[in-house]
Amino acid sequence: MSALADTPTWSDVSLRAFLHGLPGVDQVGAQARAAMLASRSIKTTAKQWALDAAISMIDLTTLEGQDTPGKVRALCAKAKRPDPADPTAPMVAAVCVYPDLAQVAAAELDGSGVHVASVATAFPSGRASLDVKLADVKYAVAAGADEVDMVIDRGAFLSGRYQEVFDEIVAVKQACDRAHLKVILETGELVTLDNVRRASWLAMLAGADFIKTSTGKVTPAATLPVTLVMLEAVRDFREDHGRQVGVKAAGGIRTAKDALRYLVLVNETAGEDWLDPRWFRLGASSLLNDLLMQRTKLATGRYSGPDYFTLD
Amino acid sequence: MSDLAEARIAVRKTYKLYIGGAFPRSESGRSYEVTDHKGGFAANAAMASRKDARDAVAAARKAFGGWSAATAYNRGQVLYRVAELLEGRRSQFVAEVRAAEGLGPRRAEALVDAAIDRWVWYAGWADKIAQVRGATNPVAGPYFNFSLPEPTGVVAVIAPEASSLLGFVSVVAPAVVSGNTVVALASERFPLPAVSLSEVLATSDVPAGVINVLTGRTAEVAPWLASHMDVNAIDLCGAPDDLADDLAVAAAENLKRVVRGGDEDWTQPPALKRMLAYLETKTVWHPAGT
Amino acid sequence: MAKFEYAPAPESRAVVSLRESYGLFIGGEFAPGVDGRAFKTISPATEEVLAEVTEAGPADVDRAVTAARKAYEHTWALMPGTERAKYLFRIARIVQERARELAVLESLNNGKPIRESRDVDIPLVAAHFFYYAGWADKLEYAGYGQAPRPLGVAGQVIPWNFPLLMLAWKIAPALACGNTVVLKPAETTPLTALAFAEICQQADLPPGVVNIITGAGETGRALVTHPGIDKVAFTGSTEVGKEIARACAPTRKKLTLELGGKAANIVFEDAPIDQAVEGIVNGIFFNQGHVCCAGSRLLVQESVYSEVMAALRRRLGTLRLGDPLDKNTDVGAINSAAQLAKIRELSQVGEAEGAERWSPPCDLPVKGFWFPPTVFTGVSQAHRIAREEIFGPVLSVLTFRTPAEAVEKANNTPYGLSAGIWTDKGSLILWMASRLRAGVVWANTFNKFDPTSPFGGYKESGYGREGGRHGLEAYLDV
Repeated sequence: MSALADTPTWSDVSLRAFLHGLPGVDQVGAQARAAMLASRSIKTTAKQWALDAAISMIDLTTLEGQDTPGKVRALCAKAKRPDPADPTAPMVAAVCVYPDLAQVAAAELDGSGVHVASVATAFPSGRASLDVKLADVKYAVAAGADEVDMVIDRGAFLSGRYQEVFDEIVAVKQACDRAHLKVILETGELVTLDNVRRASWLAMLAGADFIKTSTGKVTPAATLPVTLVMLEAVRDFREDHGRQVGVKAAGGIRTAKDALRYLVLVNETAGEDWLDPRWFRLGASSLLNDLLMQRTKLATGRYSGPDYFTLD
Repeated sequence: MSDLAEARIAVRKTYKLYIGGAFPRSESGRSYEVTDHKGGFAANAAMASRKDARDAVAAARKAFGGWSAATAYNRGQVLYRVAELLEGRRSQFVAEVRAAEGLGPRRAEALVDAAIDRWVWYAGWADKIAQVRGATNPVAGPYFNFSLPEPTGVVAVIAPEASSLLGFVSVVAPAVVSGNTVVALASERFPLPAVSLSEVLATSDVPAGVINVLTGRTAEVAPWLASHMDVNAIDLCGAPDDLADDLAVAAAENLKRVVRGGDEDWTQPPALKRMLAYLETKTVWHPAGT
Repeated sequence: MAKFEYAPAPESRAVVSLRESYGLFIGGEFAPGVDGRAFKTISPATEEVLAEVTEAGPADVDRAVTAARKAYEHTWALMPGTERAKYLFRIARIVQERARELAVLESLNNGKPIRESRDVDIPLVAAHFFYYAGWADKLEYAGYGQAPRPLGVAGQVIPWNFPLLMLAWKIAPALACGNTVVLKPAETTPLTALAFAEICQQADLPPGVVNIITGAGETGRALVTHPGIDKVAFTGSTEVGKEIARACAPTRKKLTLELGGKAANIVFEDAPIDQAVEGIVNGIFFNQGHVCCAGSRLLVQESVYSEVMAALRRRLGTLRLGDPLDKNTDVGAINSAAQLAKIRELSQVGEAEGAERWSPPCDLPVKGFWFPPTVFTGVSQAHRIAREEIFGPVLSVLTFRTPAEAVEKANNTPYGLSAGIWTDKGSLILWMASRLRAGVVWANTFNKFDPTSPFGGYKESGYGREGGRHGLEAYLDV
C-alpha cells in the first residue's frame, strides 16, 4: 500500500496538481495501440469462452422515456434466460433501469443472481441540485437497486472545479449505502484522453467501485481508446493504492466482434484479474442477441437469423 | 417484314444532375435540348436552377471536411480508381465526344485517352503537392517554422465550352486532388460527356458531394455560383469574356480566389496553375528549446 | 493456464503456390542459370525447405546486366514518363490484388509475424509503387531541373529483414526515373522477389526493365562490380557497405548505401508513459529487432527510470512469440541460424560485461530459430552491447539526467540512422531533433514509414535517402 490514502484531505489546488501531474496520453499512440489489439483474432475455443464471458458481463439496459413495468419485466426475463432455445447460455450480470422502475426489476430478479442496477443523480445530464441527486440515489437504493450508476458533473469538471466533482462522488457513495457505485465519466463530453485519465483518477480517489465510460445518450459513447485509458488507470490505481476498481464500457457496443475486442483490451491492459463480471461490464441492449447468434453459430456451424432470438 | 419491325429499339439515357452523390432532376423540373454536331436532337439535359446550384454548394461544403481530412494517399487512390473506370468505359466516351463535337474517330480517341491520362497525372499529384509547395523556412531565431499547403474549400468551376471531356477533366481534377470539393457547371452546348463522367464518379470511391455536376444555361447559373458567399474559389474559363468580367466582380464580394482562362489548348501538358490556385498556405512557428 | 487463452488463429498457406524450383528472372523470362548452382530456401520458423532457387554465377550476372542495358537503351529510356507511370501503377495494383498471398509468402520465408507482413510490409510495398508511379511524369517539378535524366542500369542488393519492402524501395524510384534494374534479393529471402518477377510479367512490363537474380555474397559482389552498372544501391551491414564503397571508389558509379544503426530511443520524465512503453517495444521488438533503425538503446531519464522499467517489463509479459503464420503472434522467428548465433554471442558478451539480462517467460518452439525478447539494464556507453548492432530483439538500457546529456549519448556512436524522442514538450522535441545526428527522428512514435518520407542515415549508417522527393536524387543524373 502506498503512502496515499483513499480519503486524504484533498483541495481544489492539490487535486489539480495531482491530476495535471499524471502522465499525458498521446492520442495517436493510444489509438494505434487500441487498433492493434482490435486486430487480435479470437477463434474456436477462445471465441467460445469469450462469447460466454461477454454475455455474463452485460448490464442489460433500458433507459427510455417510454419504459414501462411491462417492458422492464420482459427485459428481466431475457436477462435470466437470454436464449430461449439454449439453457446453457449464461445469465447476464445485471439489468440497468431508471430509478422509478428499480422496484419492478428487483421483484423480477429476486433470487436469480442477476443484479439490479439503477441510474441516478439526474441521469443522463447530471444537471440538478445535489439534494435532488442524492434523493434520486436513496430512492433507487430503497427500491432494491444493489448497483447505482451515477453521472459526474461534467460542467464542473471541464471548468476545473475538481473538488466539487470529488465531493459529489463522495456524497453519492455514502448515499449508496451497501449498493456498489459506478461513476459515469461521459467520455464523449470530456473529449480528450487526458481528461479521461484525469476523470478516472478523480472518480477512483473519491471512492468509485467502477468507472464507466458513458450514459449512452451522447455520441461518441464507449470507444476502444477511451476504454484503454480507463483500464490503464484502474491498473495503475491498484498498483498505487492496493484497491481494485472495475470498468464498464457502455453505449455503441452492438456486435459480438466489438464485445470481444473489449475483452482483448481488458486482457492485455489491466490483465485477467479484470476478466470477470465483478470487475468488467458491458452496458448494452442489442449486443446480447448478436452474442447469442454468434454463440449459436459456433455450436451449430450455421449462420443464424434474428427470428430465432427474442426481441424484448 | 419491314426492317423497322425487326430493329431493336435503344433504351435511351436520361441525363440528370449529380449532386451529393445522387442523380436528381432539376428542382425546377426544366430541361433543355442538347443537339449533336449536325444539329439533330441528342438528348434533353437537366436545366439547373439557382436552387440546384445552392444545393450543390451545400453538398460540396458538407463533403469538404471528410475529403480534406483524408490522407493524400487515399485521395490519390480514389482518383486513380476513377481513371481505371474511365478506361473501362473508353468506347462509350469516344462515342459521346464524337457525337457532341463532331470529331473523327481517331481524334476522339486521342482526346479520351488524353482525358484518362490527365486524370492519372493528377492522381499522382495528391501526395506530392506538400513536398513541392510546402517548405521549412530558416527563420532567424530558435524557431521551427514550416509552411503547409491546404485546400481552400469549395471550388466552383465553369467548365470549358468547347472541350466537352478533356477540358472538363482538366479543370475539375486539379481542384479535388488537394482536398477541395467542386461544383462544376458543364459546357452548355456539350454537357453529356460530363454527365457520363459523373456516373463514373458515382461508381468509383469518390465520396458523395466531393464533385457535383450541374448542366444548364451558363448565363443563368454561373452568377449564382460567382456570388455565393460559401464558395471559396471559382474558375471562369467556360464563361464568355464579358460574362466572366461580371462574374469576377461578383466573386470579389467574399474575395474568392479567381482563375481566368478561356480557350486553352487542353491537349498541352498542364502546368501547376490550377492546382496552386486552390491552395492556401499555412505557416506555423514553434520554439525549439529545452 | 491463462483465463483467456487465444486459440491458434493460423492464416492459411493455401493462398500461396510455390514452385519446386525457381530460375533467374532475366529479360522478362524465368530461365535456369548458366553457371550457377542451386540452393535451398527454408522457413526459419520450422526449418522446412520451401523451394530451390538458383545462385547466379558471373555469366548470369552478365546476362542480366546486358538485358537491363538493352531494355534501357531501346525501350525504357525512350518511353515517356506518362507511360512508365502507368506500368508502375499497374504493378502497385497487382501487389494490392495479391496482397494476402504476398504477406503469407513473406512471413513463411522471413519468419516475421503475418500481422506485420499483412498490415505493414505489403501495404507499404503497394504505396511505394503508387507514390513513385506519380513522379514518373512529373520529374520536372521534383526540384532537379527542367528535364532530369536517369542514370542507366542500376544494380541493387537488398537485405533479408523486409524483403519485398526493400525491393519496392529500390525498384520503384529507379523505374520512375527511367532506369532499368538488376536486383539481387538476400540469400535467405528470395521468394517474394521471385513472386514480384511474376507480377512484372502480369503487368506486361517490357522485358529486361526489371531483372531478379538470386544468390548470396558472391552474386552481389559480381553485380555491384560489374562494369555495365551505372548506379549501385545497397542496403545491408555497414561492413559490407564499406566494401562496396571501396569497390566503387575508382569507378564512375553512383552509390547509395543504407546500413546499420544503434538508435537511441530517448524517454523524458514528462513522456506519455504508456505510449512511450509501446514505442520502446515497437522500437526494438517489431520485426524481431531486425531493423536497421531499431531503437536498440533505451535512454531513459533517471527520474522516471523505475516507473518506465516496471511498465516495460509488465508490457513485455504480454508479447506473444510463436508461429509467424498465427495472426496473434507478435514476435516471430529469427531469420537464420547464422543470425541467431550472432544474437546469442552478443547477448553473452552483454552478460560477461556485467549488464543484467532479463526476458519475460517465453516458450520457444523446438524447431526453427528463436530468441526471446531480451532487456539488458545497467548498461553503459562503453559496453559492446551499447555500441555494436545486434540486429535482434535485444534492448540495452542506459540512463541520462539532462537533455544535453541525452543528445551527447545518443550521438556518441559511429552510426546515425535514427532516434526517438518521448516527451510532452513540443519545444524539447524540436530542440532535440535539431541536435540529434540521425537521418530519421521519431517524436512520440517509432518505426513509422511512408513512401513520402525520406529515410537514410548520417555517418556510418550510410548516405543517400530513400522515399519522398529526396529519394529521386539517387536515380537521376544530377
